[in-house]
Amino acid sequence: MALLKSSKAISSIGTFSASLGVLSTRNSSWWGGVQMGPPDPILGVSEAFKRDTSPKKMNLGVGAYRDDHGKPFVLDCVRKAEALISSKQLDKEYLAIGGLGDFTKSCAQLALGADSEVLKSGRNITVQTISGTGSLCIGANFLSRFHSASRDVYLPKPSWGNHTPIFRDAGMQLKAYRYYDPSTCGFDFNGALDDISKMPEKSVIMLHACAHNPTGVDPKPEQWKEIADLVKKRDLLVFFDMAYQGFASGDIDRDAWAVRHFIEQGHKIVLSQSFAKNMGLYGERVGGFTVVCNDAEEAKRVESQLKILIRPMYSNPPMNGARIAATILNTPDLYKIWLEEVHGMANRIIKMREQLAANLKNEGSTHNWQHVIDQIGMFCFTGLKPEQVERLTKEFSVYMTKDGRISMAGVTSSNVGYLAHGIHAVTK
Amino acid sequence: MSLFGEVPQATPVAVFKLSNDFKEDANPKKVNLGVGAYRTDEGQPWVLPVVKKVEKIIVADNSLNHEYLAILGLPEFRSSASKIALGEDSPAIQENRVGAVQCLGGTGALKMGAEFLRRWYNGNDNTKTPVYVSAPTWENHNAVFANAGFEDIRPYKYWDAEKRGLDLDGFLGDLESAPKHSIFVLHACAHNPTGTDPTHVEWMQVAEVMKRRKLFVFFDSAYQGFASGCLDKDAWAVRYFVTQGFEMFCAQSFSKNFGLYNERVGNLTIVARDSDNLKRVLSQMEKIVRVTWSNPPSQGARLVAITLNTPELFAEWKDNVKSMADRVLLMRASLQAKLQALETPGTWDHITQQIGMFSFTGLNPKQVEYMIKERSIYLMASGRINMCGLTTKNIDYVAESIHETVVNVQ
Repeated sequence: MALLKSSKAISSIGTFSASLGVLSTRNSSWWGGVQMGPPDPILGVSEAFKRDTSPKKMNLGVGAYRDDHGKPFVLDCVRKAEALISSKQLDKEYLAIGGLGDFTKSCAQLALGADSEVLKSGRNITVQTISGTGSLCIGANFLSRFHSASRDVYLPKPSWGNHTPIFRDAGMQLKAYRYYDPSTCGFDFNGALDDISKMPEKSVIMLHACAHNPTGVDPKPEQWKEIADLVKKRDLLVFFDMAYQGFASGDIDRDAWAVRHFIEQGHKIVLSQSFAKNMGLYGERVGGFTVVCNDAEEAKRVESQLKILIRPMYSNPPMNGARIAATILNTPDLYKIWLEEVHGMANRIIKMREQLAANLKNEGSTHNWQHVIDQIGMFCFTGLKPEQVERLTKEFSVYMTKDGRISMAGVTSSNVGYLAHGIHAVTK
Repeated sequence: MSLFGEVPQATPVAVFKLSNDFKEDANPKKVNLGVGAYRTDEGQPWVLPVVKKVEKIIVADNSLNHEYLAILGLPEFRSSASKIALGEDSPAIQENRVGAVQCLGGTGALKMGAEFLRRWYNGNDNTKTPVYVSAPTWENHNAVFANAGFEDIRPYKYWDAEKRGLDLDGFLGDLESAPKHSIFVLHACAHNPTGTDPTHVEWMQVAEVMKRRKLFVFFDSAYQGFASGCLDKDAWAVRYFVTQGFEMFCAQSFSKNFGLYNERVGNLTIVARDSDNLKRVLSQMEKIVRVTWSNPPSQGARLVAITLNTPELFAEWKDNVKSMADRVLLMRASLQAKLQALETPGTWDHITQQIGMFSFTGLNPKQVEYMIKERSIYLMASGRINMCGLTTKNIDYVAESIHETVVNVQ
């Protein structure tokens, strides 16, 4: 960016106010050179949706789960945890910089598995973060500061829209590897392997642990194995983003399989976790960042540096959500209920996928919509082009991101027909 | 071979290490005068009665959920928080040129402000703009601005160790000699760590120089209400600067005055020239928020918003705040009286003249070490004590310890 001194032409003279001094008028501002920022491509969709007055409007933008009535869903295990916490009358003292111990321990356990050798040897450091975004922010900045071997971060093509600005802002260079195959609406396995084989050693590769966002396309276990091997050969640093553990298949352990496999294969990964979706704790900002190290001593050094990063950002993380999550994870009865509820949410989404595909067929669409059923997790990469998306929004008040991604969580049995009708209308 | 083999062990943050050492000390007479959190006369953390009340309201309200807040936070929180800082009837608010970003505590508000300034102030991405912080200041100020990319962070004269008060001439001198457009971090009230605030007349002098030399005003307001016990009195400086026509930032924390430390409730209040400039500023703030935490945590903001917007709860909160401030004032008076009675060498008026949670005792590092090692009284190497750590039960021991230290250690 050119280093221009911000200058705002003193246009129409307003009132000269004695208290403002001779040299300034009402129009001169420090911020004359500040441009209007564009709306966020994902969160901006919700804001546009809110402004729409159509009774049939649908918000398929942000990945927030809705029940079959289209309402936000507060998990029963969450309400029970809140009641438990409320009865304890705890104080509000600052958490440690790295967060609530009960939470970080169980957060790591959830991802790595209770019997993980990493946990037993204490060679991981897990800190509580401001949900997934906060975790990625800390991770990106940690790598920027300490991973001097490479500035390159390879994202799958496409990836979550916010990945790019997060890493860029941290001073990393963004690159991409083939991932989504638009001709099959599936995984471009050979393309991915080809690109990975050419990545310079020590580059950072971002992998979505499960329920890839935005495509919903995940590698199969055999494919993950090959990727793990190749990544090891290329000596790449693996950054896993796991925002949907439990949401993809409905099974916590199945969804964490790739992460655990890579660790078993000896990869020293870094991992971001979010509890926004799988516990419905969106606004409480619950997440974790883990670094798998060589040994416990290294983990201590890494921990000390993570704290140095966190302190000037926000000092220490918020208690409420972490306390709820920790209570659920550490109370067997609540944990059981949680697993059932996650399973239930995942199942509803799978059902909606099936209904959407069936309805599209009934509408008379001649396109192949198999990918709607094959894709996994909250999102469906419909294959719609930007112009078609625009029509869907303008003519049918269906809100989604420009890349054709829809959040299946926003689909219900009462609006799936309308959605199919709209999609058919813009694609026939 | 590890990717992180070269990562050095970082030195721990001093104030947290102090608390750790205190925890491990077995001496039954130990006293923690370190971390800045309020304590009751029983030495216990205090959840404000109004907070307990509102928490119950929130838990019982089934219409509330855990959905994402907007990027800039809860609107009712942002506007009511800004009103607290600027005053209900602030002309700037009425002129629609005040906006806010809900942030994670005061730290988060400072960070957002710093990140914005680095990108958009004094040119684009101008990392060379000098940032001035008081000498001394809260130890995290430096890191916040450095991590935002500012390369030139300097001290401005503030504390006069000899006279144990404000070095006004030094302060004004640094304002006069600072390069134009430099950013100055000002403590709105209850200066941390010295507890020494400028008088109204002194603030007016500061404002005059800053206006004339086009310096940027960035207030850090972490103790509003806590200093004098009165919200409006504690906001005098911030409001005065607004009347002087400054465009400015004010980082607010609700950690202390609401006792909501771990819920991370903060607000960056932005006063702009007009609503158009404000709009553009907020749109760019959104982008910075999005790559840092996407949107802020809802629990604490909800709690504060409900309290500030419900008259009976607001009144109860003000009472709660006053009671905390009053206990601190009582401990100040008590400590000073005891030191005088003991005829401890030196003058101790600064203890009652200083304001807020902290007192800069004037003890030197050797004396501090003695206090910690020999008396198990934990305070910062700077000589800063947290008045909240004093209680009617330990104040005699502390006074005697200070006396013994001053007499025996030079």
